[in-house]
Amino acid sequence: PTVPRAGSTLLGYIGIDTIIEQMRKKTMKAGFDFNIMIVGHSGLGKSTLVNTLFKSQVSRWSSGWGGEHKIPKTVEIKAVSHVIEEGGVKMKLTVIDTPGFGDQINNENCWDPISKYINEQYEKFLKEEVNIARKKRIPDTRVHCCLYFISPTGHSLRQLDIEFMKHLSRVVNIIPVIAKSDTMTPDEKNEFKHRVRKELETHGIEYYPQNEFDDDMEDKNENDKIREAMPFAVVGSDKEFQVNGKRVLGRKTAWGVVEVENPNHCEFALLRDFLIRSHLQDLKEVTHNIHYETYRARRLNDNGGLHPISANNTQESNL
Amino acid sequence: MIERPESTVASIAQRNLEGYVGFANLPNQVYRKSVKRGFEFTLMVVGESGLGKSTLINSLFLTDLYSKDYPGPSLRIKKTVQVEQSKVLVKEGGVQLTLTIVDTPGFGDAVDNSNCWQPVINFIDSKCEDFLNAESRVNRRLMPDNRVHCCLYFIAPSGHGLKPLDIEFMKRLHDKVNVIPLIAKADTLTPEECQLFKKQIMKEIQEHKIRIYEFPDTEDDEDSKLIRKIKERMPLAVVGSNVVIEVNGKKVRGRQYPWGVAEVENGEHCDFTVLRNMLIRTHMQDLKDVTNNVHYENYRSKKLAAVTCNGGVDTSKTKNQMTRSPLAQMEEERREHVMKMKKMETEMEQVFEMKVKEKKQKLKDSEAELERRHEQMKKNLEVQYKELEEKRRHHEEEKSNWEAQQRILEQQKLDASKTMEKNKKKGKIF
Repeated sequence: PTVPRAGSTLLGYIGIDTIIEQMRKKTMKAGFDFNIMIVGHSGLGKSTLVNTLFKSQVSRWSSGWGGEHKIPKTVEIKAVSHVIEEGGVKMKLTVIDTPGFGDQINNENCWDPISKYINEQYEKFLKEEVNIARKKRIPDTRVHCCLYFISPTGHSLRQLDIEFMKHLSRVVNIIPVIAKSDTMTPDEKNEFKHRVRKELETHGIEYYPQNEFDDDMEDKNENDKIREAMPFAVVGSDKEFQVNGKRVLGRKTAWGVVEVENPNHCEFALLRDFLIRSHLQDLKEVTHNIHYETYRARRLNDNGGLHPISANNTQESNL
Repeated sequence: MIERPESTVASIAQRNLEGYVGFANLPNQVYRKSVKRGFEFTLMVVGESGLGKSTLINSLFLTDLYSKDYPGPSLRIKKTVQVEQSKVLVKEGGVQLTLTIVDTPGFGDAVDNSNCWQPVINFIDSKCEDFLNAESRVNRRLMPDNRVHCCLYFIAPSGHGLKPLDIEFMKRLHDKVNVIPLIAKADTLTPEECQLFKKQIMKEIQEHKIRIYEFPDTEDDEDSKLIRKIKERMPLAVVGSNVVIEVNGKKVRGRQYPWGVAEVENGEHCDFTVLRNMLIRTHMQDLKDVTNNVHYENYRSKKLAAVTCNGGVDTSKTKNQMTRSPLAQMEEERREHVMKMKKMETEMEQVFEMKVKEKKQKLKDSEAELERRHEQMKKNLEVQYKELEEKRRHHEEEKSNWEAQQRILEQQKLDASKTMEKNKKKGKIF
């Protein structure tokens, strides 16, 4: 293969750099999908956090807090989609909730329905891809990111947390967050985070951003900094209060107001910037290039190298 | 089931005294005697790890029962539920209190928590059993009361409602011990969330017919107002801390956050003071009484009824047997038990004998084996020796042959030299 010659200087302005502008226009017209799954046992503020992240009522409980939250007997998967728009960019956001996870007395294998759902989405995408007449834009329902909520016990990870993350970190991007972090004082928070990180390391759980997928030094440095700060200790709220003349999102207690976007109070701002403002596209890419490809390779190998659809066709023709 | 005893109205006439008799001093005598004896109280704390149980105990009793080097039980991930006791002697104003804290590390922490309440139930029953045995003994001098007087159940502050585990546990324990549900780490909730959460919990408790500890009604107006206030605030939302922080010049115990200080002893911040007053300052004796009169009696009647039912197969007689002499029944059981033990002892002796015989036989066999081998080896050695002897003889023969040949050769040489000399002489003469 011929290697392109590097660095020939241009003798005038051609206009190649406008390709970025062209891409931008196309993306804005097309819009894009983002699927986020939230996992954690009930009462950890998952729905509130998602609402806070996307600054709108996108979770299941869009009607607010007062609703009856009955704990289901088995883990259910509930996906709710909304289209949100900002600065001319349209995003179809799907929030996949998992009520019933970790709530029963016996939680053995409660991650199975979740694992099945994720694989089903990969299967759907694979089927579309393998079709003879393909759609122009395959609807992407694959789970791009899984926010796993850790209970702020202050001690260490629970057995269930470790089991879940072990089973699913190879299938989907997991971002662990410490929920309801206004339970802990700053010292307790740091200690807890340190312990959790150590435990994740001991059990070999690779959370996003994974070490192995860093492209170059720049990426690695950036991601290293983020990895050191993870898991983010967050607080969610969709109510506003007046603090020092400003209106802020927060939680009002008898001894003060917890400001959600104040970096001294909690790391919500860090999580939001990381998740939405810098790594959103990367999450999608890792899901497509790595997790999905792994699934695809496994499926094709299981079928003996044949495409699943063509395998069916040959069977039919033999009949 | 024994209900709380209603106060029976005495039909004895009241008389006025004509002078000072002095039995008004009776309470003081009782008081002095109890103070000398000292008090005992056993408190059990149950809840998932990380809910602040140890911190709360430290805050309640203002000691470091669980110090920095002993947060052990909470930090170790347990595979099964353990029940651990720790005793502390607390002295205040001349009154001694032997406080026993029973902790249950590992409760609700595993992936599969079915029957995680069983060790707890077993523990409570075993303490009641100890007391029952001590009560039925002939010599009842020292009867320590180790029964669990109160069980503080910690509910995680999810803000939604009770978890299935909470409901199961409380359902199984509400008729064995005084259950007081608490909302742990209450500084997670805002006041409105706390109110809603409490209402939700009380609703669910009533739905599932869970009987938590109820405060006794008193005739005193003051007290009943207080009690009603406490009842409204159930379940109590608590925060624990022993760290002293300065707020507005005052030193208070609390938790320091970047946005403020959550004070432990501030009634508007949490219900810790209510819990402490209720548990220690006003209702400790009542908790012990209810344990003794209600829970223990339930256990006792169930246990003794089971004993008599097992002893008498004839159901028509069981009622009579129950009232007749449960003690005699226990004697009977004890005798049976002793006989069973004797039988087991003889059986074990027999087994032991048999085993000894076997071992002896084995030893004999191995000894015989060794003997045989020894013989074998000796024989081998002899054979080898004989062979060697053969070889030596052979060698000797060869040697003597060779020597004989040498001699012959020597002789020949001599002869040859002699003849040569002869020839030489002959030659010379010529």
